Amino acid sequence: MNGGPLLTIRNLRVVYPGDDGDFRAVRNVSFSLGRERLGIVGESGSGKSTTGRAIMGLIPYPGRVEADVMRLGETDLLGLDEKGFRRLRGKRIAMVLQDPKFSLDPVMTVGKQIAETHRYHFRSSKQAARTAALEMLEAVHIRDPARVYDQYAHQVSGGMGQRIMIAMMLIAGPDILIADEPTSALDVSVQQQVLAIMDEMVKSRGMGLILISHNLHLVASFCDRVLVMYAGQIVEICDAGRLQAARHPYTRGLLTALPELGRRRAELPQLLRDPEWLIDLPAGVGAAC
Amino acid sequence: MIELDGVSVTYGAGPTLVRAARDVSFRVPAGDALGLVGESGSGKSTVLRAVAGLIPHAKGIVVIDGRELSNRRPRESRKIIQMVFQDPYGSLHPNQTVDQTLSAPIAIHRLGNAESRIMTALTEVGLGREHRYRYPHQLSGGQRQRVAIARALILEPKVLLLDEPTSALDVSVQAEILNLLTRLRRDHGLTMLMVSHDLAVIAHICDRIGVMHSGRLLEMTTAAALAEGRVTDPYSQQLLRANQGFDASGVVIDVTA
Repeated sequence: MNGGPLLTIRNLRVVYPGDDGDFRAVRNVSFSLGRERLGIVGESGSGKSTTGRAIMGLIPYPGRVEADVMRLGETDLLGLDEKGFRRLRGKRIAMVLQDPKFSLDPVMTVGKQIAETHRYHFRSSKQAARTAALEMLEAVHIRDPARVYDQYAHQVSGGMGQRIMIAMMLIAGPDILIADEPTSALDVSVQQQVLAIMDEMVKSRGMGLILISHNLHLVASFCDRVLVMYAGQIVEICDAGRLQAARHPYTRGLLTALPELGRRRAELPQLLRDPEWLIDLPAGVGAAC
Repeated sequence: MIELDGVSVTYGAGPTLVRAARDVSFRVPAGDALGLVGESGSGKSTVLRAVAGLIPHAKGIVVIDGRELSNRRPRESRKIIQMVFQDPYGSLHPNQTVDQTLSAPIAIHRLGNAESRIMTALTEVGLGREHRYRYPHQLSGGQRQRVAIARALILEPKVLLLDEPTSALDVSVQAEILNLLTRLRRDHGLTMLMVSHDLAVIAHICDRIGVMHSGRLLEMTTAAALAEGRVTDPYSQQLLRANQGFDASGVVIDVTA
């Protein structure tokens, strides 16, 4: 691939028709992704997961995805049908979801699930797929891959399940990994390990990563850049290291509403939502900080 | 107000015996708040449930408000001690209105003047008259948690047990609920025992904090000591680091986890 952005999005809208007109779950969203770790933060309903799903072509009918530009490298995602997306998913762009308990198939061994992705995208033999899957399991630091290969989802722990998901997602060598709250269901010490593995894989393969999370601390410490979403729009784009210096009152409100170790306040400032934050922003450009 | 001495909780028997809590002892004086932190499976919720009388303890003594409570609890003892659960989507009956939810404890404990009790409890948690006849699905997550807190308060308990009361909520809503809990504790002199995996949340509400790991209470520390990083147990230190965001240098990738 050339040096251009891995993903370019201009004026993305995700619309669900409703009884009282269309509901715009995502609107005026523009950003591009290079070989970097990009965080998307926001509260529930802010459209952060919907944005991720729109890129994957996973918005179910009657939802509509509209955009001025939505390009994955040189591939146009607009107007791509289900068959077209199926060829991209896993191969070019992959997604890790919150809880491996629900995203792994409970009645197929985890190894087979990983190998299946390989077989589908490379039309490889059973043996070649198995070898590749075992290598992948080793790459995500699973000791004794041969044993884990034959286990079922309920036999592995949450942290291991999430590593298996990462192995499955990366086996076909995608350019972009979208991780939607990948560690929220895990214990804090395991969270760190899963993030470290994801970080290692993304770096060594020169991939782009989109980390969707509600956890400001996590995103600020893990990512290079952060998009802050509110009511379907990007209200602010920040360098992760400068999140503390965010300007938008929503971002500031979120930061101060978090309890802090060592700085106990009698009362936490509550977020006062300004109706002005709902006004449509000029296509795409959230205030940069 | 709460005294635990050598409390153990076990599940199963023989080779499948699981010791979910081992020899846990602590005291919470009246009006104090104690926090328990630890990962899933550390036994923190088990201890909370044993205090609440939701699960029997195999060994040890649980004393609440000067009375030792066995595994068979008299009804009056349940009035002193009330609990708020993690997920307000799961802990409220979906087919009962707020009014029905709040009426149940009053009826069970045969208390009078239901009308004024319900209105007081609703006002107390910042809900209005208009919320009284709604069903849970007509309320936001924060409002549901307020209903769950109102249900606990309606019996005027002395002890409030909190099991991850804000972890299912957004940051801005979490701040509102934490403020509410702080105010209730101050106004009613409530004794609180709170469980969470978020150290900052625990340290915001509680003065003293116990760190739990594989069923044991490893260390008893204070919010101030935690903030300054003064914890002695290696596991507590790990927990503290993990709570401060991602730090690649501090991660030891454990191949078995």
